Amino acid sequence: MAANGENPANGRPIEDGFIRIRNVTKCFGDFTAVDDVSLDIGKGELFSILGGSGCGKSTLLRMLAGFEVPTAGSIEIDGQDVTALPPYERPVNMMFQSYALFPHMTVEKNIAYGLVKDGAAKSVIAARVDEMLSLVQLGDFRKRKPAQLSGGQRQRVALARALIKKPKVLLLDEPLAALDKKLREHTQFELTGIQYETGITFVVVTHDQEEAMTLSNRIAVMNKGRFHQVGTPKEVYEFPQSRFVAEFIGTINTFKGRVTAVEEERVVVACEAAGCDLVALGRHLLGVGDEVEIAVRPEKIFVSKEEPPDDGGVRLQGVVDDLGYLGNRSLYRVKLPGGKVVQVSSQNRRRSVTRFLEWQDRVWITWQPLSAVVLVD
Amino acid sequence: MNRVNAHRRDLVWQNIAIATPYLWLLLFFLVPFAIILKISLADPVIAQPPFTPAFDDAGRLDLTFDSFTFLLTDKLYAITYLRSVVMAVIATLLCLAIGFPMAYGIARAREEVRGLLLLLIVLPFWISFLLRVYAWMGLMNNHGAINNVLLALGIIDAPLQLMYTDFAVFVGLTYSYLPFMILPLYATLERMDPDLVEAAQDLGASSTRAFWDITWPLARPGVIAGCLLVFIPAIGEYVIPYLLGGPDSLLIGRVLFDEFFANRDWPLASAVAVVLLLLLVVPIVFLQRNQARDEEGAA
Repeated sequence: MAANGENPANGRPIEDGFIRIRNVTKCFGDFTAVDDVSLDIGKGELFSILGGSGCGKSTLLRMLAGFEVPTAGSIEIDGQDVTALPPYERPVNMMFQSYALFPHMTVEKNIAYGLVKDGAAKSVIAARVDEMLSLVQLGDFRKRKPAQLSGGQRQRVALARALIKKPKVLLLDEPLAALDKKLREHTQFELTGIQYETGITFVVVTHDQEEAMTLSNRIAVMNKGRFHQVGTPKEVYEFPQSRFVAEFIGTINTFKGRVTAVEEERVVVACEAAGCDLVALGRHLLGVGDEVEIAVRPEKIFVSKEEPPDDGGVRLQGVVDDLGYLGNRSLYRVKLPGGKVVQVSSQNRRRSVTRFLEWQDRVWITWQPLSAVVLVD
Repeated sequence: MNRVNAHRRDLVWQNIAIATPYLWLLLFFLVPFAIILKISLADPVIAQPPFTPAFDDAGRLDLTFDSFTFLLTDKLYAITYLRSVVMAVIATLLCLAIGFPMAYGIARAREEVRGLLLLLIVLPFWISFLLRVYAWMGLMNNHGAINNVLLALGIIDAPLQLMYTDFAVFVGLTYSYLPFMILPLYATLERMDPDLVEAAQDLGASSTRAFWDITWPLARPGVIAGCLLVFIPAIGEYVIPYLLGGPDSLLIGRVLFDEFFANRDWPLASAVAVVLLLLLVVPIVFLQRNQARDEEGAA
C-alpha cells in the first residue's frame, strides 16, 4: 500500500499553498528555535518535518497549533492568516506525543470533547462519535477510561479525538514514537489509510527517518531551526543536497576530494582516500578545483571476490574489516589500502549457512557513477 | 527445613512491620479516645481525678449521659460549634483561593526553581508557630506596622481596629495553614501532564473552560487533601482565636480549654471533645469514600 511517496493521495491534485509559512522565526530569549523558515504545504498532503531533538520541529508545530506565537513572520491556513489566533480558534487539531487523553473521561467523552466545546447538537455529537469510533475500530471500548486501554488503543483514541471536528489540518507530534516496533509498522499503514479516507492535510513531526519515509508525500529535513531540504522521500534519500541530510537519513559513505573536470551532468573528482578519480552525478554549479564530497549509499555498492568487468563504474579493492549478518541482508565494512572504511550492504538472496565472505578476505567493491551524489557543504 | 524456618521468620517480621502503625494508632489514638469517651459518660466530682469512676463500689456500671444532654440543652455549645465550623470553612476556602494559584504557579515553574519556591513555602515552619502569631499582633495593632503605614500615607485618619476581630482570626488561620493547602495541591498539580490543558484548548476550550474541564477535576484529590489538612486543625484551633480574636469570638477550642482548666468539668469537656471528633469524622469518611470511588473509576 502507501509507502515511499507512492501514497494514494499523490493521485489527487495537490492544491499548493494550503498552508503558507512565511519567514517564520521563533526566539526564546537568546535562543533561536526556528530561524526564518518558509514552507508551502498542499491540501491533502501528508507532510513530515524530520529532525533531531532541539532542531525546532516541535516549535514549528506548536506555532501551527497556536501554542506559540512567531517572533516574526506569518502563517496562513487556507487563505486565513492565523499567526496570532489562539489555539481554540484555529481550524487545526493536534495529536500529542503523550496523546494527552483526559484521564477522568471515558473514551467516548474524550472523543466528543471538541464537538461539545463547539456547542454542537447532541444528536450530531452522538453520530460523529459513532463514526469516529468505527473509523478507529474502538466501538467496544467507548465506556472505558484511558487507563484501561493499551498503548495502541490510546493512540487511536487520540487520533479520533483530533479528527472529530474535521480540522483543515491535523498536526501529529511523533505519532508512533510511543508504540513498539510491530505495532508501529501496522499503525503507519493505518494512519496513511485514515489520511486518504478523510482527505485531511496531515503535518507530522518526527525524529524517526523511517517513519517519515513510509508515511509522507513530502519531507522537510530540519536542523538548527532551518530546513536543509524539502522533497519527496525518494528525492531526500537519493539526492540529498547536503551532508547533514545525507547522514541524517540512512547511512552513507563519503569521500572528500577536489573537482578535476566538470562535464554536462557529471563531475570528476580526484579523491585521495579512494586512490583514484570518482565520477558522480552533479546537479550543482561547480568549478574545477572546488572542494566537494562524493557520497554513495551502502546498498548501491556491490561487493565481490572476483574482479568485476570494467563497465565504466568505480572499481576499488579492499579487505573485509568487519561484517554483520542481519538476516535479510549483510553489512560489510571494507577497508581500502589508504585506510578509508567503506560500508556496503548486500541482500542475502541465496539461502546459505556458510558465509559468502569472511574477515580479511580481499574483495572488489563497485558502484555506478549514477549512484553517487556530490555534496557541497 | 532451614529455608522454611527462614521464610517463616520473614513472615513474622513482615507482620510486625504491618502491625506497627496499627499498634501506634491503637495505643495513641484509640485508647486515649476510649478514656475520653469514658470520662464524658461520668459525673463531675470535686476530687482527684475530678470525675466518678465507671464502676461504683458495688461493681455496677455507672454511666450517665448528663454531659451530652447538657451540651444539647445549652444553646451556647451549638452556637459555638456552628461558629467554629463556619470560621474553619471560610479559612479553608481562603486558603484554597490563595493556595491554588500558588501551587499551580510552582508546579508550572521551571524545574530548577521549584525546589526553592517550595522551600519558601515551608520556611515559616522554622520559626515557632506562637512567635509567628505574635508577629501578626505586632503588624495589626492599632499602633502596628499596617496602621502606621496607612496613616503615614494619609489613606486613613484614625487607626483601623484590626486586632481582636474575626478578620484578624481569618488572617491568622489563613496564614498559618496555607502551607498545608499548598503542598498536597502542588503534589497533584505537578503530576498533571501540561499537554492535557493544551489538548483541551486545541479542541476549542478557552483557558478558563480548560481549567474547569481538566485542571480542576484532576486536582480534586489534592483539593480534598488540602481542605482536610486545613479544616481539621482550624476547627479546633485555640491559640489563634485566643491571641488575635475578640472577647466575643468564642470558638470550640476555647470552650474545650475552659471546661477542662477553668471549670474543671472534665466530663463536659470530654463530651465537647467527643462531639467535635464526630463532627470531623463524618465529613472525612464521606470524602474518603467519594475519593475511593473516583479512583476506582479512573483505574
